[in-house]
Amino acid sequence: MSHGSPQQGGSPYAPHTDAETAAMLDAVGVDDEADLFDIPDPVAFDGEFGIEPRSEQALRREFSELLAENDDLTEFLGRGHYEHYVPSVVDSLSKRSEFLTSYTQYQPEITQGFLQALFEYQSMLVELTGLEIANCSMYDAATALGEAALLAERVRSADGEVVLVPEILREGKRSVLENYVDGAELRVESYPTEGGTADVDALADAVDEETLFVYAETPTVRGCIEPNLAEIGELADEAGALFCLGSDPVALSILEEPASVGADVVVGEAGVLGLPTAYGMGLGMFACKEEFLRQVPGRLVGASEDADGTRAYTLTLQTREQHIRKQRATSNICTNQAWVALRAAMHAAYLGADGLVDIAEDCVTLARDLAADLDDITGLRAPVDDRHHFREFVVGTDQPAGAIADDLEAEGFAVHVLGEHRLQVCITDANAHAADDLVAAFEEVAA
Amino acid sequence: MSDGPGGKESRTGQNGPTENGREPGRTYDQATYAVSDDENEPLLTEKRSDTVEPGDALPDDLTRDDLTLPNPEEPELARHYTRLSQMNWSVESGPYPLGSCTMKYNPPVTEDVAADPNGAVHPDRSADSIQGTLGLLAGLQDYLARIGGMDAVSLQPPAGAAGEFTGIAVARAYHRANGDDRSEVLIPSSAHGTNFATAALAGYDVVELPSAEDGRVDMEALEAAVSEDTAALMLTNPNTVGLFERDIEAVADVVHDAGGLLYYDGANLNALLGRARPGDMGFDIMHYNVHKTFATPHGGGGPGAGPVGVTEELAPFLPNPRVEATDSGYELVESDEAIENVHGFQGNWLVLVKAYAYIARLGDSGLRDASAKAVLNANYLAEQIDLDVPYGPFHHEFAATAGDAAAADVAKRMLDFGVHPPTTNWPEMVPEAMLTEPTEIESKQSLDDLAAAFNNALGSSEDERHDAPSRTTAKRIDQTSAAREPRLSWQALEE
Repeated sequence: MSHGSPQQGGSPYAPHTDAETAAMLDAVGVDDEADLFDIPDPVAFDGEFGIEPRSEQALRREFSELLAENDDLTEFLGRGHYEHYVPSVVDSLSKRSEFLTSYTQYQPEITQGFLQALFEYQSMLVELTGLEIANCSMYDAATALGEAALLAERVRSADGEVVLVPEILREGKRSVLENYVDGAELRVESYPTEGGTADVDALADAVDEETLFVYAETPTVRGCIEPNLAEIGELADEAGALFCLGSDPVALSILEEPASVGADVVVGEAGVLGLPTAYGMGLGMFACKEEFLRQVPGRLVGASEDADGTRAYTLTLQTREQHIRKQRATSNICTNQAWVALRAAMHAAYLGADGLVDIAEDCVTLARDLAADLDDITGLRAPVDDRHHFREFVVGTDQPAGAIADDLEAEGFAVHVLGEHRLQVCITDANAHAADDLVAAFEEVAA
Repeated sequence: MSDGPGGKESRTGQNGPTENGREPGRTYDQATYAVSDDENEPLLTEKRSDTVEPGDALPDDLTRDDLTLPNPEEPELARHYTRLSQMNWSVESGPYPLGSCTMKYNPPVTEDVAADPNGAVHPDRSADSIQGTLGLLAGLQDYLARIGGMDAVSLQPPAGAAGEFTGIAVARAYHRANGDDRSEVLIPSSAHGTNFATAALAGYDVVELPSAEDGRVDMEALEAAVSEDTAALMLTNPNTVGLFERDIEAVADVVHDAGGLLYYDGANLNALLGRARPGDMGFDIMHYNVHKTFATPHGGGGPGAGPVGVTEELAPFLPNPRVEATDSGYELVESDEAIENVHGFQGNWLVLVKAYAYIARLGDSGLRDASAKAVLNANYLAEQIDLDVPYGPFHHEFAATAGDAAAADVAKRMLDFGVHPPTTNWPEMVPEAMLTEPTEIESKQSLDDLAAAFNNALGSSEDERHDAPSRTTAKRIDQTSAAREPRLSWQALEE
């Protein structure tokens, strides 16, 4: 082959012609690529993986057929993973290869675009939380919570070894938290909840001098808006503990500003913006007070100037990070969720304050209306919790909940089963169009 | 290459040194969008914002006072982010030879299959209703196990460092299950920073191992360091200067004889695809960096995915749940001995789909060619540059030394010759290190351009290097004041 196409049977993304390969081997002074490998015989692999290469067309057919085996259900699911409609412009802009195929901004002079976008993302979280510092992402809400507890362990303004979380905390989130604090020898303990939010009297009994960290959510995993945030913040403060609030950017656009209720750290799922349903993939939001700046985990983008005096952006305070500080780093995180943060910022900017507040208000009214419709059905009570709700709520059932969920699945709908007679239903702008159909299906199966 | 205002190309001749003594090669300017002497594309907040009060859906005591956010119209939003994208280097802009980062071309077909709406399912769906999703995950678990020579794989870790944390937590659980209280993790001093940070996160004391004179594991130092306190040794192979650990079997024996486990950091797996497998070398646990080896896009820093493979003995300790094929379809199975989770759900789904698609696209022959061309490219590039490479024979990457020049300044000067420079000043065993990994995707022409950029940067005067870069969006950025007076939000700019 003289010119043009890569070798047959090779990687379609290695551009070498046979002639170029030969010239390069010659320049290096070997006859064959195999001569460049310094692998002792006993550990060399001469077998086959048995993986057939596919053409692009075959690949697309195969994946399409495989994923078509998923049942086409309209999901009324939440409990930590939510969908809001992501506008097309977010998809098309974020998929520009200059964003998608770039690396971490270790050479800021040629990565100003992504740095500015992340600086804007951090700024939006500062606005939503009222806290001074936000990093440019953790993996998801659960790992952000784990990192927050470890931050508490490092800062001077808190001491103790007990991390208090609501008893209704989602199991997977609790599990990640347990994993993160194991090495620091902290203990995770639960405090009681009442009606889907914190039982503040019980929490007051649970908080003592051993308490390092108090975590509360709004909305909670049952969709309830926490009415006692300021009291929880005071309890934590009096015990010399940090108060960490879990929420998300859509909810924060209308709910009480975390800084105003005494939150020291805010974590949560920022992938509610920019990221459609993706089997639990997320974007960990992390914001905190300025006094913890040097203990923040993960990357931070700051503003500076270049040699011409032009405003420029750069990763900063990197001496906190693993590639410099090694075992004394504030976290082991390196790769984060930067591209998801870019999409979240794009989505927030697309909506503006007006659009974001509209979606958030809909999360309240849609849930309220759907609960009322379900409550009208014989054999159902909704919402179970006497609270204001956001996106989702618990439904009480006379019939076994599992059987109802199975029947709903047969009708084309997915809901959560919480217990023998408990379901949970989540509604947003993404599935609201199917709410009437869901109610009709419930009427068929619930009685 | 973008067609922004600065996106012009200049060429300094086809053959031999030119008048100014520079080697030939294409060099590109970067796009820039200056709106004044001291400002490029303005921040969103400097364009248009609005302030809104919550409506009456909730009582006042549950709501905030107001919210202010930028509010560009959609066409302006598109222009803002398009301009930002044009002020950003990427694999599709040009060479990106960052050592240990494996910046490959990211095939768009993998984006297309990941965007399949049938794959957009909630993690709480019943297993019966998402057989396609589970089938895909099972397929990826299987492929990764074959490629790494491992018996079981978890896809949950959302990044390489999360994979490390999973792996070390598995080691911790294994030792605890044996009633064996071990306190130390051994790590070569040249290892990735995440290894040290991960061991510390898992509660272990870090014991650093110096390198031998040949750049590999020092067997004597290893034997002296290993003890009944050793929980694991974390190694990458080839190591961070590209050398294969020739004594890997002996290393495994030393660690195993002491009751420790051997952990493989998958950052450099691209060098070995189809040629050697961690499982065959005696590694008990490994993570795969699918955003490196399997070409999923780095997205400006993430998302990645860091699946973890283990031997059969350690499989029960992998995080719950794992996908298993049964007679009645795919199921999510749980183990009583599993470690706690490392992600709230099941990791970075979109990334996992792209990794599976990439592996399926290449197959055996493509994967084997990837390692061949990655190693050939590194060796060819090293031949073409005027810098010394102290350690060899290297594989997919090499650590050149800038010698008397400052590696960081050479790197900044390389920007002026239209390429992204290598990783600098790491690993520390090479003075003024320039750790270079071109990957298999660069052509001979592209490697020649890259070599010219190296040589022209090294051949520049100290002043030229110190003042570089001059042809980029931003000139040299003041890092000191950025860290001394942190301004991390547009709110902080107004103070």
